Amino acid sequence: MSVPIIARSRRTGATLGVALALSAILAALAEPVQPSLGETAPADLFATGLYTDPATRSVDPRHLVFSPQYPLWTDGAAKRRWMSLPPGTQIDASDLDRWAFPAGTRFWKEFAFDGHPVETRYMEHLGEGRWVFATYEWSADGRQAPLAPERGRADAWPLSDGRTHAIPGRTDCRVCHGSGPAPVLGFSALQLSPDRDPGAPHAEPLPLDAVDLAVLVERGLIANAPAGPAPRIPAADPVERAALGYLHANCGHCHNDRGALADLGFDLAHGLKDGTAAARTTSFGVVLKDPPAGLPDGIELRIAPGDPAASALLHRASSRDRLLQMPPLGTALVDEEAIALLARWIAKQPRAGDPAPQTEGEIR
Amino acid sequence: MMFLRAVATMFLGLSFILVVALSSTGLLAQEADPVARGEYLVNTSGCHDCHTPWGMGPNGPEPDMSRALSGHPADLQVGPPPDLSEEWVWAGNPTNTAYVGPWGVSFTANLTPDPETGVLRDMSEGQFIDTIRNGRHMGQGRPILPPMPWPAYRNMTDEDLSAIYGYLQQIDPIPNAVPEPLPPGQ
Repeated sequence: MSVPIIARSRRTGATLGVALALSAILAALAEPVQPSLGETAPADLFATGLYTDPATRSVDPRHLVFSPQYPLWTDGAAKRRWMSLPPGTQIDASDLDRWAFPAGTRFWKEFAFDGHPVETRYMEHLGEGRWVFATYEWSADGRQAPLAPERGRADAWPLSDGRTHAIPGRTDCRVCHGSGPAPVLGFSALQLSPDRDPGAPHAEPLPLDAVDLAVLVERGLIANAPAGPAPRIPAADPVERAALGYLHANCGHCHNDRGALADLGFDLAHGLKDGTAAARTTSFGVVLKDPPAGLPDGIELRIAPGDPAASALLHRASSRDRLLQMPPLGTALVDEEAIALLARWIAKQPRAGDPAPQTEGEIR
Repeated sequence: MMFLRAVATMFLGLSFILVVALSSTGLLAQEADPVARGEYLVNTSGCHDCHTPWGMGPNGPEPDMSRALSGHPADLQVGPPPDLSEEWVWAGNPTNTAYVGPWGVSFTANLTPDPETGVLRDMSEGQFIDTIRNGRHMGQGRPILPPMPWPAYRNMTDEDLSAIYGYLQQIDPIPNAVPEPLPPGQ
């Protein structure tokens, strides 16, 4: 009698097994298909850990205040920045231009216009190169800061000339932060150098409680920090130093030699090991491959040395036509101060055919 | 016992029907062959509607498949755009490859793998996916102009967008240098 019972049990088990397997397959087939639009972010800024007291907007004093020496132009927005390292962790600075941040690292950047916070952008490292990017939009009374819509928010704040500030969408974050050697842009050896460039457009006074590279090293928050003088862009003069720094901070996150646009051969990022400025070698006298829509006829070079008016770079940076403007997002107003600086820098360069520049000591 | 046999038979039958259904619709083939999946998606998502120039065929206006996915014909000059009003805000040309609206004039891109004129010639698979996800040229440049329905296509999975990219890489290349868009008022 026991044998049939065992046999029946086995058959029953097998049948149930088949049924369960098929159910699992059918359940899997019924799963909704989702596109890859990024990692899930906290629903509210106050859930990211920026503040110890959201009611008074008291920032957690353990967070580090910082200020890059070459700020990104965002139509004159006043910015405040903080970062947080998990306790006991360090930033690995083995690669000078690509610091590696431990899992759990968080960054915040607040954008304010006319004294009112409009948005706070947030980055969090989940580990293994996976980052959360999010933007939180402030309510008019400054009491709430929920996650901005996934596609961002147009007309978030009025600017001049009828233009408005737009809060970027989630995928827009990755346009800049996912296109270069490192997703963190304003927190690097060059940007935090104690040897700050006084000629940088819109240079911010270093906040009293801000950290720089020297402080980070002193506190033991950086591993493998190279010894030597503070990082500085080598340049022929202060104008060139500031111009190269501006291009690095405002253009180099996309136009570099390691990101998705590397094949363009147009490198405006400054590598600390660069002997010669890549911005010079990849733009001076280089003919445009595909002139963009809206570029005036006759503009053929990325930069025409000695001739700002014939330089495509300056035309694009001076435009806010959506087909022509550079950067293509994140700004609605031309950065006039920077345009003047870049024009001065280009004008100082010898034109093709000009005699080589000489210094006083070389003139006999 | 009879009940369990009936359940097992039912599940086996259902699974057989499922396999037959998937096979007959080509879904299994698409799963195994991304290029086949890409072809299916291109043919069912309306890509030919705008990226293949239309001509007058025996059944009326239809895509000219001899120029499949090659975009707005470079030798086809478009005249001055028509006067538009608030009621009629955009218009298209007879080949359905050029459009005028508040954004200016846009021309559909050459999606074939022509090494000199194809829009994907310098675009990696990752850049193609980013382009559809965020509606920016090369995934990070100027906005893609209307009427490209990227807000709908951005909801595709990475796998489907990758399949489309793979399919477009192996169709017949057609040299056709599509003009740059024109700003409003030109």
